Amino acid sequence: MTAPTHGTLTLEPNIKDPDGFYAELLAAHEGLSREDSEALNARLVLILANHVGDRDTIRAALEAALPER
Amino acid sequence: MTKIFETPLYPYQRSADQDAETPVRHPVVVLGAGPVGLAAAIDLAQADIPVVVLDENDKVSWGSRAICFAKRPLEILDRLGCGDEMVDKGVVWNLGKVFFDERKVYDFNLLPEDGHKRPAFINLQQYYLEQYLVDRVRALQADGKAIELRGGNKVTAVKPDDTSVRLTVETPDGPYLMDADWLIACDGAGSPTRTMLGLDFQGRVFEDNFLIADVVMKADFPTERWFWFDPPFNKGQSALLHKQPDDVWRIDLQLGWDIDREAEKDPEKIAPKLKAMLGEEADYEFEWVSIYTFQCRRMEKFRHGRVVFAGDAAHQVSPFGARGANSGFQDTDNLIWKLKLVIDGTAPDTLLDSYDDERVYAADENILNSSRSTDFITPKSHASRVFRDAVLDLAEHHAFARPLVNSGRLSLPAIYDGSPLNGADATGLPARARPGAPASDAPIGGDWLIDRLGGGFQLVTIDAQAPDTLDVDGIPVTRLALSAKDDPSGALAERYLGSAPSAVYLMRPDQHVAARWHAFDADAVAAAVKTATAQA
Ligand SMILES: Cc1cc2nc3c(=O)[nH]c(=O)nc-3n(C[C@H](O)[C@H](O)[C@H](O)COP(=O)(O)OP(=O)(O)OC[C@H]3O[C@@H](n4cnc5c(N)ncnc54)[C@H](O)[C@@H]3O)c2cc1C
Repeated sequence: MTAPTHGTLTLEPNIKDPDGFYAELLAAHEGLSREDSEALNARLVLILANHVGDRDTIRAALEAALPER
Repeated sequence: MTKIFETPLYPYQRSADQDAETPVRHPVVVLGAGPVGLAAAIDLAQADIPVVVLDENDKVSWGSRAICFAKRPLEILDRLGCGDEMVDKGVVWNLGKVFFDERKVYDFNLLPEDGHKRPAFINLQQYYLEQYLVDRVRALQADGKAIELRGGNKVTAVKPDDTSVRLTVETPDGPYLMDADWLIACDGAGSPTRTMLGLDFQGRVFEDNFLIADVVMKADFPTERWFWFDPPFNKGQSALLHKQPDDVWRIDLQLGWDIDREAEKDPEKIAPKLKAMLGEEADYEFEWVSIYTFQCRRMEKFRHGRVVFAGDAAHQVSPFGARGANSGFQDTDNLIWKLKLVIDGTAPDTLLDSYDDERVYAADENILNSSRSTDFITPKSHASRVFRDAVLDLAEHHAFARPLVNSGRLSLPAIYDGSPLNGADATGLPARARPGAPASDAPIGGDWLIDRLGGGFQLVTIDAQAPDTLDVDGIPVTRLALSAKDDPSGALAERYLGSAPSAVYLMRPDQHVAARWHAFDADAVAAAVKTATAQA
């Protein structure tokens, strides 16, 4: 078995000012209903996925995000 | 005025077979005079193989059925002699609009590639298509071709053995028997042949109902395809409006799964939705109203000895993407030249197994595309609806999301990558013309490349030398000599040469590429013909 390729996905810390980013993410959801929050997350996933573009990287991200079984 | 679908086009007539002492034997019997059966029969007759078509009915198809016909099937219909009728009568369109809730989220132009004889597709009622095919059968008969169309002939038993297939045929005058060397079963999605032979038909049923209505109305709507996701007049569901000739409009309304089908068909119940969709003042009349559920499924194999399945009998798809009749034409296009070589004894019977290889592959591609469209249009889970709606919301403002909107992907022909019939490939030539691909059309000196291809094996030379004719153990190969200069627009060079100075293509009788080289080599061509006819 070969190790799964991760494309160019980085799972090392890559965000400057992590606390600031996190606060911004939560602020975006503030005051939204559960439904609207869910819709926002979906739009965000699509926008970021398009930005990444590379299918291998996106696939690796999907794998990394799946719940552990 | 009586409509074409009310007129018997091939009424029952007693045939001599019914009075024969012993069952009469025919080289090929085609079961079913739908679009696919008729195409098979015309192709056979053009190849001088006698053929009898049996259908229990005697008219064109009933109800709302196919309306979109794509470029590749139009090219096939050209070869069968009905392309002009189709395109002259059909509606050509390139513009589409997508609505979500109450907003138009975007519009698109298909921008079909230049330099093709035929448009990306046309809209035309299936009954016209069938009428043109029957007209073509009549023209072939007038030319003395052995092609017979027997209406009122219902096949009730199919018994194949190693050398032939025995059919029991029910008629108004009682039953008779006939034998066929080969049976092509084009008897539709409910294929009685499939059932009689105990064969499988596996796949997926989409738990949804669609009201499909064809309405006659004088309206100034533009010639565009309008698709609504979750519109106010059909909350939580989808809708489609598409133009056909003769002021007929196709309307699809998704209804959901738990409905009372009879109640939904009530014109009183439909009227408010149509008024909301078409405007209060819309003045329409129904041509057809039907409710369909859709499925995607196929037989495991399409060839079973001397019985070969084609069209809906072999595979069925949901109509989003217009792949039913379109792919059925590609089945017979693939099958008939192979059957001809086998009947003529110039290729082994195993050549027909490649029909399975190639058309099962194509069916899977169609099923995949049509399932994906159906899943987008009718999301099957909460998450899939959330993402679907997110895509539609984003599509209104951002170009990136528009390619994700899937209200049906238009039918494109399969490229038979990995087919056992594919021969040599040459590096550096364009990928779109690789072995297994259907020919791309191009203008050539006042003519169209596609009109010069098909019917037999051909060697297309572009700025390359080759003999005008070859014979590979009884299989003739004729040369079509071209030069990049034949097409000042550059499309020919772009589609077949890329940056190479010359190329030689071996084309199959169905206009697909068999093999290609930079220059002619007699042994290489002979080897490729052998490979393409299952003799390697
Ligand atoms: C709403 C709708 C929209 C569609 N839209 C499109 C589209 O836009 N584009 C597209 O390409 N496709 C479309 N399709 C699919 C298309 O209509 C079918 O794929 C096509 O009709 C299949 O042709 P066929 O010849 O295989 O079968 P059929 O048209 O079903 O013909 C089968 C024939 O076999 C005969 N038969 C059956 N049993 C027997 C028997 N025992 N003895 C004698 N005769 C028999 C029947 O009478 C019939 O004439 C659509 C379908 C629907 C329902």
